[in-house]
Amino acid sequence: MKALAARRHHPMALLVILLLALVATGGLYAALQPQTAQAEAYTDSDVEAGEALFLANCATCHGLDAAGQTDPDGQTLGPSLIGVGAAAVDFQVGTGRMPMQHSGAQAREKPQQMNEEQTRQLAAYVASLGPGPAVPDEEWLDTSQGDATRGGEIFRINCAMCHNAAGAGGALTRGKYAPPVVGVEGKHVYEAMDTGPQNMPVFNETNLSPEDKRDVITYLEALDETGSPGGISLGSLGPVTEGLYAWTIILSLLIGSAVWLGAKAK
Amino acid sequence: MTTTTPSSRKQSSDGDTRLLRLGAVGGDFLDQRLSGAGFVKFFARKVFPDHWSFMFGEMALYSFVILLISGTFLTMFFDPSMEEVVYTGPYTALQGETVSRAFESTMEIAFEVKGGLLFRQMHHWAALVFMVAIFVHMFRVFFTGAFRKPRELNWLIGFTLMILGMAAGFSGYSLPDDVLSGNGLRIADGLMKAIPIVGTYLSMLLFGGEFPGTDIIPRLFTIHILLVPAAILGLIVIHLVLVVVHKHTQYAGPGRTNRNVVGHPVLPVFGAKAGGFFFLVFGIITLISATTSINAMWVYGPYDPSPVSAGSQPDWYMLWTDGGLRLIPGWEFTIFGYVVSLNMLIPMAIYGAMLAFLALFPFIEAWVTGDDREHHLADKPYNAPVRTGLGVAWIVMYLILVLAASNDLIAIALQLSINDLTWLFRISFFVGPVLAFYITKRLCLSIQRHKRDLALHGQETSRIVRTGSGDMIEIHEPLNEYDRWELIAHDDYRPLKAGKGVSSLRAKATSFFFKDRIEPVTPAELRAALEHAGHEKHVIDEATGGDYRTPAEKVVH
Repeated sequence: MKALAARRHHPMALLVILLLALVATGGLYAALQPQTAQAEAYTDSDVEAGEALFLANCATCHGLDAAGQTDPDGQTLGPSLIGVGAAAVDFQVGTGRMPMQHSGAQAREKPQQMNEEQTRQLAAYVASLGPGPAVPDEEWLDTSQGDATRGGEIFRINCAMCHNAAGAGGALTRGKYAPPVVGVEGKHVYEAMDTGPQNMPVFNETNLSPEDKRDVITYLEALDETGSPGGISLGSLGPVTEGLYAWTIILSLLIGSAVWLGAKAK
Repeated sequence: MTTTTPSSRKQSSDGDTRLLRLGAVGGDFLDQRLSGAGFVKFFARKVFPDHWSFMFGEMALYSFVILLISGTFLTMFFDPSMEEVVYTGPYTALQGETVSRAFESTMEIAFEVKGGLLFRQMHHWAALVFMVAIFVHMFRVFFTGAFRKPRELNWLIGFTLMILGMAAGFSGYSLPDDVLSGNGLRIADGLMKAIPIVGTYLSMLLFGGEFPGTDIIPRLFTIHILLVPAAILGLIVIHLVLVVVHKHTQYAGPGRTNRNVVGHPVLPVFGAKAGGFFFLVFGIITLISATTSINAMWVYGPYDPSPVSAGSQPDWYMLWTDGGLRLIPGWEFTIFGYVVSLNMLIPMAIYGAMLAFLALFPFIEAWVTGDDREHHLADKPYNAPVRTGLGVAWIVMYLILVLAASNDLIAIALQLSINDLTWLFRISFFVGPVLAFYITKRLCLSIQRHKRDLALHGQETSRIVRTGSGDMIEIHEPLNEYDRWELIAHDDYRPLKAGKGVSSLRAKATSFFFKDRIEPVTPAELRAALEHAGHEKHVIDEATGGDYRTPAEKVVH
């Protein structure tokens, strides 16, 4: 300390302090700025392993350099992955949508083909291609800090028109659809909003801040936890399934009892 | 010898007389003041026929009673106010949200009032069952021709009850002031505004200004709990009085003719059954309401004109009105600066025409047949192929509209493109009813032919006898006279030729209805068929010695 104090008038001291201040500010900014803060630090070996996996499983459609491919008719075989970020990979591969089961209006969810480690390595590889949304920090997935009521409002205004008010999913044009979102892992919901997979629009930070996204996740979790206080939910699909129930189950019960009453007369 | 027995009998008969005397005094007291004896005597002995298909009307009546009971409960807790409040109840995902008092009080019924959610679900399920029962009841009346003279007016009253049921359902569906019900109101508002010239005024009148405003919920409340139920109740009374006046129809059968009613008197059998059925309906609706969720309005959230959720549909009986709107292309044109929305007006015209057909069918059919007789025997549907075909065509048209209104859910469930489904339903809307009419009519005619054969030749037994001369004859088991009578007792109408007071339009109509008719069995035909059967039996008996068993069967025994 004494040695340090002795040198405080040294001509280079100002420079050192300036440097320290810069490092601290930059470091703090890097630590607190959510988008650039990588939840996980990928190593070069992750990237290498990811590239190998990519070449074996994904390059057929996305191209050897991941820049996307078109067939001779100009139809997209697979879009470019440069700049889609680790979040997109974590969502698509983590929910089993990629590698795609078959071509169609959109990739369906299926049991994951890659394990967690492989998903991470693929994410590392794609993240190394260009900057893009990262896998979200734990902080933004912590629903104990979220506001379900606010999330519900955001959900009804921004999400329900495709995903249904109860999050049960809905149809889009030409065979495309919005999948059910209740019971989906919070991380995947966050990544979907951040990257806009399949036919979903991107809700980036200017649209919905990380706090907003956390509120939406909190709301969906609340919906899941509340369940159906009224009993069997019939898929939470609303009046159509209720009407079908009335015309099938209830009417059969009623006709059954009417026939029973009529039969006793004989 | 002993005195015990007579004395005890005397005691009990003393008791009986005392009771009888008490009853007589009480009854006399009431009768002198109410003159009810004649009514009770008449009504207790009133006879109703017994068939399960006659119980759909009762089903509707009992669900209505459940609606009144559960609805009364709900009015004690529901507050039809549009005042804005902050929700602080136990449902966490809405705490702190600004909602209307109507929405909040519905939430209170669902989550805070004891038994509230059960009553709410009973009220809603009973409403769905009420409309299901009305429709099935109408189908029964239509397909058995029970709307014919003298019951045409009662058919119209029943039709009005169906419309009122829809109005009751729609106004009730809107009361909780949630997003889904608000979307429904917005469609009603849009349809109203599409009416040329008066549309906008009508909408402003109903909503008390620009949609949605704050007037609509209290207004719908008055409509829902006072106006419509009172009208329904009044019409139900007239409907039932007319059933008593006309007497109930019955299916033809031994001893059941156009001039009598075979069944059970109200006291004790019919009354007991009807009462029992009420409790069964009540029990089933309660069971369903206790186990199955309906209209989870807390999920839809408080009404806000901006969000529309995927899977937004009205209750089933209004689905068909949504179907047309989903099918029609976005046709509209502008005249003198005013937009004429054909995409609204055409579906509304189609709905009107479909309802008008239903309401007027008894009169159309009476005009075609020219039949002025009273009909108290219910037709078997296959004995009126064109009527049955038209009815099925109407149902198919209705069903396609219902499916079209559910196109998004069907697309998801079957992994189909919603655009393709829309085209499928557009085409089926025109082709489906025609196909349904043709297929139903042919099926009816085939059944008629089969029944005619059955009446004349009896049941085939699949046992064939080879006579000495090598002829093969199948053994027919003749029907008994009761069964045969049921098969041959039906009306026969013929196509008319134009001229002699018959307009060419009516001649065409009768040709459409009756040109393919299967003639009922005539007495001469029946006599000839019976004679032939007698002769055949003689031949068979000669060959078999009256023992119809096969050689294999003879070995076994």
